[in-house]
Amino acid sequence: MTAVTRQLSIPELDACVHCGLCLNHCPTYRVTSLEPESPRGRIHLVQAASQGRIEPNERFGEHIYLCLMCRACETACPAGVQYGRIAEAAREVLGPPGSPFARAVQMFAFRRLLPSLRRLRWVAVGLRLYQRSGLAVLVRPLLPRRLREMEAMLPQVPDRFFSPEAEVLPAIGPRRARVGVLSGCVMSVLFADVNEATVRVLRRNGCEVVIPNAQGCCGALNVHNGETVAAKAMARRNIDIFLGSGVDAVIVNAAGCGATMKEYGHLLHDDPAYKEKAEQFGRLTKDAAEFLAELGVVPPQGRVDLTVTYQDPCHLAHGQRVRTQPRILLASIPGLRLVEMDGSDRCCGSAGIYNITHPEMSQTVLSEKMRMVDHTGAQAVVAPNPGCMLQLRFGGKKFGPNVPVYHLMDLLDKAYGNAGTGERGNAETI
Amino acid sequence: MGITVSLHSELREALGEKYVLVEPEDVIVYERDGSIIQVMPEVVALPADTAQVAAVVRAAKRANVPIVPRGSGTGLAGGAVPAEGGVVVSLARMNRILEVDPRNRTALLEAGVINLDVTKAAASHGLFYAPDPSSQAACSIGGNVANNSGGPHTLAYGVTTNHVLGVEVVLDDGQVVWLGGAVPDTPGYDLCGVFVGSEGTVGIVTKALVRLMRTREAVQTLLAVFDRMDAATQSVVEITGRGIIPAALEMMDKVTIEAVEMGSSLGYPKGAEAVLLVEVEGVREHCDRAVALVREICEQTGARQVKVAQDAAERQRLWKGRKEAFGSMGRLAPHYYVQDGVVPRSRLPEIMREVAAISTRFGLRIANVFHAGDGNLHPNILFDMRTPGELDRVIEASDAILRACVAAGGSITGEHGVGLEKRNSITLLFSQQDLDAMAKVRKAFDPDGRFNPAKVFPTPITCAEMRLVPAKIPAGLWI
Repeated sequence: MTAVTRQLSIPELDACVHCGLCLNHCPTYRVTSLEPESPRGRIHLVQAASQGRIEPNERFGEHIYLCLMCRACETACPAGVQYGRIAEAAREVLGPPGSPFARAVQMFAFRRLLPSLRRLRWVAVGLRLYQRSGLAVLVRPLLPRRLREMEAMLPQVPDRFFSPEAEVLPAIGPRRARVGVLSGCVMSVLFADVNEATVRVLRRNGCEVVIPNAQGCCGALNVHNGETVAAKAMARRNIDIFLGSGVDAVIVNAAGCGATMKEYGHLLHDDPAYKEKAEQFGRLTKDAAEFLAELGVVPPQGRVDLTVTYQDPCHLAHGQRVRTQPRILLASIPGLRLVEMDGSDRCCGSAGIYNITHPEMSQTVLSEKMRMVDHTGAQAVVAPNPGCMLQLRFGGKKFGPNVPVYHLMDLLDKAYGNAGTGERGNAETI
Repeated sequence: MGITVSLHSELREALGEKYVLVEPEDVIVYERDGSIIQVMPEVVALPADTAQVAAVVRAAKRANVPIVPRGSGTGLAGGAVPAEGGVVVSLARMNRILEVDPRNRTALLEAGVINLDVTKAAASHGLFYAPDPSSQAACSIGGNVANNSGGPHTLAYGVTTNHVLGVEVVLDDGQVVWLGGAVPDTPGYDLCGVFVGSEGTVGIVTKALVRLMRTREAVQTLLAVFDRMDAATQSVVEITGRGIIPAALEMMDKVTIEAVEMGSSLGYPKGAEAVLLVEVEGVREHCDRAVALVREICEQTGARQVKVAQDAAERQRLWKGRKEAFGSMGRLAPHYYVQDGVVPRSRLPEIMREVAAISTRFGLRIANVFHAGDGNLHPNILFDMRTPGELDRVIEASDAILRACVAAGGSITGEHGVGLEKRNSITLLFSQQDLDAMAKVRKAFDPDGRFNPAKVFPTPITCAEMRLVPAKIPAGLWI
């Protein structure tokens, strides 16, 4: 047994009996009809590589990385195969995808940028300058096609980053819980408004909110792209900080982060000093919607007159099995009408950095999603995850319907704000 | 080698680079279907339409290599495994529903269409496609035609052959013909019937015209819980014996319930020896009466509890458990080997006692989940291939079960097909003269014996021997 075959011989492989019930739930299989681009096919590939029957070479890597990691196959699987862990093990052996240059860029991002929110913000400031100074307009036509596509995917960097006024903010009304909030890397840079809304909503629901300054990125992008060294360090830091802050729950408003944090126990399973703490941290981690629905959401008094459709983020529906809670919260908003969309739990093609690494497949998946959005006739889409929000906004511009995309916390915050009590809601944006 | 290279380039020319797979990291995933036998293909071709299928067939004829058709690869008898090499032809890309005709209640489908998608497409017209294998969310119409597939509801509606009106096929020389047709009966030989259940040995089905059924006014689903397997099987004998034909009459035993309930709670009582899942449908008045009768019979034969699903959600949960039962075996063991023997319904009690005895005799855990109303058993023998000697015992135990089925006046397969794994068991059922007659039919369509060779008909060597004697194994054969 070589080091590689040993690394790939994980017990999760044993549970797959090849029934094929995952096939049609897989976005890449639906597009290609190719078995190597299906969950069953990829599991078979990893199994064959773990037996030394094939090499984990470039072709193997292409199949493993064409996967969006949406984990819809896990929901479909009758045997409970943990596909995500199998794919992550393969990606750990392979390292990040793409050309040597692309891999170097990713490694730099995963090991140097994401672990440091300060550096990440400097990059964002640079990007903002590029977008606002007119440089973008000059440079864009000069880029090669592939880079131009990637450039088009870059989100607009807003004016301000998330910087709460204090590390601890009191509950509004009687205190029901003390919760930590993950600021997040992308969330704090690109979605300061959503983070602020989340904090306000939590406080209105009787939560004392703790936002530790020293926290960092959760490491989800690293884990999904075969980088675990920095990811483990990032996990340990968050575990120490949040467990040390005496909170009843750690609240996340990004589905991808929540799924990864709930699985810190697996990430650190071979670290005796952290294994147990990681599992405890995983149990404390809650998606904002999951937590509020379980706590019993304070019914908003203000109205939001809007017909929306809901996109289940993959890492919420499949990764965390959170499906009903966001719908309960939506139903609590007076005036809001939910029209369900066909395949609402099917991936939108964002998938972390997938839309940049695999623009063609990402947009094929996205165009189908936008067709489903269009069928609902909804005035807006609700998608409580930053990746989905950026992707669906891009999809609205490229394929239509060009409707606004909101985070669930945006709408709740707006509903509370519209009651005309307490702090302001972000009414002007809706 | 020269032949192979020219075959590859010919295929690429016809289908395009992307849909002709030859690299090990591509073709290895086509070495297996839903069974446990595997042989790595040399080349996999994925045609987009009938003309491309014909081009593949002609190229394979020129190169004189076997052709192995494959649908979704959910088969349980190794039917899509390329035992003698050649070209695996995946019909997965041919998944268009060409027409749903609600007035004539038919649908025209490409071979790769997923079974469940037919019902989804017909539902808005109040119609559905009746044959519903457990794998219906994944399996293809082409695969259903090849195996003459059944499902829980074939008790009332019949198997695939009762629902296929016509097929478009590609013959051995690349010719495309339609067999059967839109009218209920076509004159001459029933050549459509030759293709249904032929397991890919006479040509490739590229399209099928299927019958759609009207959704019934009312449906009720009952779950009868038993503390003894004998009582459960006796209930089946009584229900069918009294002339009640439910839409479905399914059995699940204790081990199956354990596997199914491990994921999420679907409503099956853990610890019960057996349950019967009974569905009745029709006009409302009939339904109520049938429910009362089935309840009465089950209680008389010793059911501990009989409950009726209260709403659509409860009914769907129960069916979810039943349909996912095979896949959920992965929760109990890394491998399972399922047999598909059939007995006359009246012999169910004794055959289930025999299956239990075989389980004890061979020291193997068996999970039973099957179409009790049809007398169609599915004993899933649970095992781990990596335990030395275990596979041999599994094969011996399966053989013992099949022999018991045949001795009881039954058959070796109800719906999964003969494929690779049961080709030698077929002699339990047919004489050499019978087999010769069938071989003549096959030869008429496939004179070179290149369509899915090594399937259905017996060969001098068994799978076990192939595995045990490496010299006889085609490159990459794993069982």
